[in-house]
This record gives sequence, structure tokens and C-alpha cells, in this order.
Amino acid sequence: MTGALGKDLLGLESLTGDQIRLILDTAEPFKEISERAIKKVPALRGSTIVNLFFENSTRTRISFEFAEKRLSADTVNVSSSGSSVSKGETLVDTARNLEAMRIDMVVIRHSASGAAQFLAERIESNVINAGDGTHEHPTQGLLDILTLRDNFGSLEGRRVCICGDILHSRVARSNIWGLTKLGAEVAVCGPRSLMPSAIDEFGVKVFDRIEDAIEWAEALNVLRLQLERMTSGYIPSSREYNRVFGITRERLDRAPRDVLILHPGPMNRGVEIDSDVADGPHSVILDQVTNGVAVRMAVLYLLAGGKPELAEAAKGGSGRGREEDRS
Amino acid sequence: MKPLLLRGGRLIDPSRGIDEKGDLLIARGVVESVGGKLGNPDDAEVIDCAGLIVSPGFIDVHCHLREPGREDVETVATGARAAAAGGFTAVCAMPNTEPVTDNQAAVGFIVRQAQRAAAARVYPIGAISVGQAGKVLAEFGEMVGAGAVAVSDDGKPVASAQLMRTALEYARTFRIPVIDHCEEPTLAAGGAMNEGIVSAELGLKGIPAEAEEIMVIRDILLARLTGGHVHLAHMSTRGSVELIRWGKDRGINVTAEVCPHHLSLTEESVRGYDTDAKMNPPLRTAADVEALQEAVKDGTIDLIATDHAPHHYDEKEREFADAPNGIVGLETALSVVVTNLVKDGSLGYSDLIERMACAPARIFNLPGGRLEKGSVADITVFDPRAEWVVEPSKFLSKGRNTPYAGMALTGRAACTIVAGLVVYRSGVSA
Repeated sequence: MTGALGKDLLGLESLTGDQIRLILDTAEPFKEISERAIKKVPALRGSTIVNLFFENSTRTRISFEFAEKRLSADTVNVSSSGSSVSKGETLVDTARNLEAMRIDMVVIRHSASGAAQFLAERIESNVINAGDGTHEHPTQGLLDILTLRDNFGSLEGRRVCICGDILHSRVARSNIWGLTKLGAEVAVCGPRSLMPSAIDEFGVKVFDRIEDAIEWAEALNVLRLQLERMTSGYIPSSREYNRVFGITRERLDRAPRDVLILHPGPMNRGVEIDSDVADGPHSVILDQVTNGVAVRMAVLYLLAGGKPELAEAAKGGSGRGREEDRS
Repeated sequence: MKPLLLRGGRLIDPSRGIDEKGDLLIARGVVESVGGKLGNPDDAEVIDCAGLIVSPGFIDVHCHLREPGREDVETVATGARAAAAGGFTAVCAMPNTEPVTDNQAAVGFIVRQAQRAAAARVYPIGAISVGQAGKVLAEFGEMVGAGAVAVSDDGKPVASAQLMRTALEYARTFRIPVIDHCEEPTLAAGGAMNEGIVSAELGLKGIPAEAEEIMVIRDILLARLTGGHVHLAHMSTRGSVELIRWGKDRGINVTAEVCPHHLSLTEESVRGYDTDAKMNPPLRTAADVEALQEAVKDGTIDLIATDHAPHHYDEKEREFADAPNGIVGLETALSVVVTNLVKDGSLGYSDLIERMACAPARIFNLPGGRLEKGSVADITVFDPRAEWVVEPSKFLSKGRNTPYAGMALTGRAACTIVAGLVVYRSGVSA
């Protein structure tokens, strides 16, 4: 079955601006569910969802799991350690075995770029990419964009700079595609050794100096600096990174305007972002986490064939989104 | 053995400037007569070659036959039959087998397996270094004595400039080329495809063109230093072409090959994470393809070789970064070249034959490469207009890994003759 998004959500590159707006709009009514005392609606009752996490994840896995449970789906979590994967099973065999159990959806996190697409091409179930290697992390991109939209109203013409390790960041790629499609102006900033050599062909602005980025931007999405980037020689030290590229209070104080601060987490306080910025008045980092659940509920609901206009009703408890499109 | 008469084909031998319609007579394993109408002398077996091109046998100087070690993905016998089906009368087998073909006994094993196969000839290439470990020079002299025609650590670059220098010097005694897989290992480490906008979008680690070009110029300079003959395997970038041109202009003893896939496909084929578009060197950009095509036409690149690299489908059916490099090429090479270079008129059949038959024989000092009375009767007959759709399941190779699956191609081998014996004919392996 394919709804307004198609069978799978593999990335934001393949979506249109309208499809992205549809997900964000669908997320709006779902936000409220998490504020209730009884945080559950029956929209996905009877659906079985496997959360297949080949890479460690706390926040994304929990966020997906809450989204699934609040929509009343039955969920199973599989992590790579202690599963057949650690016994040498190939991804294609894992996929076929899941399919044989007649599941409805798979949420996959994997260290290899393209792993979600690989799975999607081999099983009938809906596949949601929860991060594949250094390729895309579409639900993270969507929750970042939803948070920006909550603050800006519209993304059109808004200036957003993504800061840090662009080369290895799936969050950066999903943000670049999504923001660009919604009409935002996108820039990146970081050491050139942590940027793709073809970054100029992405159609984004590139800042070599964080001071210039801060002067330009209305929002900064500060990426986590993976500690292994130092040991593998991309940059000399986290100390120098903070001194040259860190988002610090002093740097923000020199900005010509208030700058909204996002971070996909988990944060390295004192490395890419200082604590007084992360905890400061313009930080929306925890709003991102809250929005993550709503966005993932919207994605699950739409992929299951739910009608966007029924999202409000589904929230109320009709629970029909899925079943009526199942035949 | 009855004489064989190839009747009424278009005989092309660029080494002798021949391009004419006529008959070719083979007797006792050698070419007996070339051109004219020969009637039916000595009760010869006749093969009607009307509408077909009769060429010196194609020679592929670069393929991986996986034996010994990975007989599950290819053997000398299946590789030699696949070669014959692709119109190749001879192939050179790279030494990155398990164990490595780095001594005379290992070389002799390949020679014997090839004799048993009785299809295309198979010439072993010995390793440059023991175990291809890049440390100690292998015994070139003994390997050549056992039948090796060149040395290479292919699959790996010769990382040490000093070892490459020594190999080029030492190989001069045996008059064999030293073949290098040009890849600066620290720049290419972990790379899965060409570095550029596509790798950046797909989130795959790229291999920059410079990783190849740095080694190309190093090898050319070492050939200048030593006077040895360096043969550069599977060139893939525009910059490499410019560097080879620079070396040749200065009279340096450098020759180079290009693979059909680098003449026809770009990095765009990797979109969708198709592991059949994963090889090393990787598919590059349209500008690189254009420069390589130009280099084949003007002779900067001497010859076309397949880098035939069969893999088990299980190994290719996986995450892109973890899949092995390489595609099969023996049974599509001719067609890919005809379809992409000859059909639009940019490369003549005479030039195609020069690059696929004459130059390989000349540069690797192998029998064949000409249609001349008394020369060995290794002959390729092909249909330049045959239209077919690539169906990997019909390959004679055990390998099925090809990015050309399902594509319509033009030009196909009709008959492959080795030492006067038909080893392949129109769809059936003899």
C-alpha cells in the first residue's frame, strides 16, 4: 500500500516540498497527544513494527518507540548485539526473516549508507530510515525543520546554518535537502577537512569561519562532533575545535540578532557548544526532542496509509487510517 | 585436423593495413592464406563469414580467473570459456589468487589448467612481490620460465616507490612489462566510489581522481629513471590521460589500458547503491569518460582490457560499502566498445581491433595480433551489427555481476578460433 509518501521514508532528498509540508502539518495534531494523561490513540492498532537498530541509539530508538506505542502499534526492538546479526547473518537474510513474520513496518538504523534503501527494495513492508551511515536521517531532519517552523512560522527565506562535521553527518544531508525544498537559505560551516570536497555543488553557502556564519544566520543547527574524528586525524583536538568553531556565548553576543540554537544531540558540552548556549534562552534543543515524537507519529501514520485530513480524527480515536487502506 | 576456411568476411588487420572482403584459410593451426577468393581447397571446413568481421584474435591482458582459491566464483576453465564467448582468443590472468601466484609452481599450475580447459589461451601474470605483500620481490625469472608474461600486484598498488623502481629495473632482463594498479593507498583508504558530488550526496566515502594520478605520474617518472616498461592498468581519469600523454611525448616507456566500463558508465550508476556499479578504480564523471574515449581514439591509451572480476552474488548482495569491487567483463567488452564508441562513428573497426588484438599482442609480446601467412591462427570473427540484450544468467562465466544486465548492446562474437580450432561459435561453446 502506498500513501502520500510512497512505500518508504528513506530520505528527504527524494521528497517534494509538498510532501515535507504534509508530514509537518500532520505532526501538528499529534503533538497534543503526548501532552495528555493517557498518551495513546488507536490509529495503528493491530500493526506490527520492528525497530531494527544495527547501530547504538538511545534517543532515536526511544522516540520511535514512543511514537509507535502512542499510536497503539505492536513493536519489537532488535539490536545488533545479541541478535542473529552478531552471528553473521546478512542484512538480506534478516530482511527476509522479518518479512516471513508478516510485519507491517521496519524502522532501521544502520552504519552503512544505503542500508535502508537496500532493505526497502527487498521487502514489502514500509521501511523508515532512522539513519543510514553518513547518508540521511530524515526524521531528524523533519523534527529540526518542524522546530524551526514553530519558531519562524515559515521557512521561506530564513537563513539556517548547519555547523560542524558535514562530511560524516546524515543529519546535515537531510537538513540541507529538507530546508532547501521549503525555501530556506542554507549554509554550512566547519573545518574543510570535515566537509565533502564537492560541497560547493550542493547549492549551499559555505562559511570557513564560525564568526561569519553567526553574523549571517538566524538559526544554527550545531552538529555533534564525533570523538573518533580526532583519532582518525580529521582535526587536531576537541580543545582547538571549541576555540575555532565552538558555539560560545561571546560569539553569539556579537551577532546582530538573536540566533536560534538547535542540536540533534547528544551534546558534547564544551566542545561544539558551550553549556550556557545549550541552556540559554534561544536554545530549542529540548523542543526538538518533543517534536521528534510528533514527527515520527506523523510519518508512521502517513506511511500506514493514514489520510492527512483524518489525522485529527485518528487522534480522537477512530483508528481507521490503517484498516480502510489495507485491502 | 581439416583446414578451416573463413569465407567472405571483412578481413581487418591494422598491423598490416588490411581491410578488405575475402577468404581466410587456416591449416595446421596457422594462417595459410589471407584475402581473395579461395574456392574450397583441401576439402576445408567452411564457415560463412558474410557480413562478419574477421580479426586477429582479441587478447585481454587483465582478468581475474580466481583459481586457485575461489573456484566457487570462477575457474581457469570457466574463465577461458567465457573469454572465448566474448571473442577473446587469449587472456592474461592476474596473480591475486589464494594463494598468490608468486612463484614458478603457481604459474605452472595456471598454465596446466589452461591447457585442460582448451578454450581461450590463458597467460599467467606473476606477482611483483611475494604474497603481493609489497615487501620482497618475487622470482620474475623463474615465473617467466614457467610461462608468466608480465608481473603485477594488481588489486593492490605497489605502495613503495623503491619496490616499484626495483621491479622496473629487474624486469628489464626478462623484457616483461610491470603492471601497476595505480592507487595512492592512504588517499583511497576506505573509499567505495568516485569522490565528488554523488559520493557526497550518497554519504559514501570517495576515492579522489588524484589517488590514481599521483601513482600514474610516480610510475611514469620511475619508468624514466629505470628505462623499464611500466604498463598502467585500468586508467579511469582525465588527469591520468594527460599524464600518460606527457610521458609518451617524452619517449618514456609507458603503456596504458582502459576498461569498457570506464569508457561507457559514470558515477551516476552508483545512485541507488547498485553494487554492480562498484569497482576499483571507481566509475568516474562524464568528463573522465569523454577524455578516456578520446585517448582510445588517439592512441594515448594503447589498449582495452576488461578487469573481469567475478564475485559470488551473496558477496555483492549487501551494503554498498561492504560489497567487493569488480564486475565481469569478458562477455560484454566487445559489445560495450562497439555500442559506445564504434556505433556513433567515432572509432573505426580497424582502431577497435588495434586496441583489442594488435596492441595487446605487441605490448605483451604474445603470439597473434596479425592476419598473415604463417602466423598463429588465433582469429576472432564477430558480427558488428548483432543486437542483443545482456542476460547475465546466460554467461559462461560463473560471475553474474554486471552493470549492463538488461541493456541492449550491439556487436557480438560469432566465432572464436584458437590455434586453428573453433573454441566458440554463435551461442555454443565448442
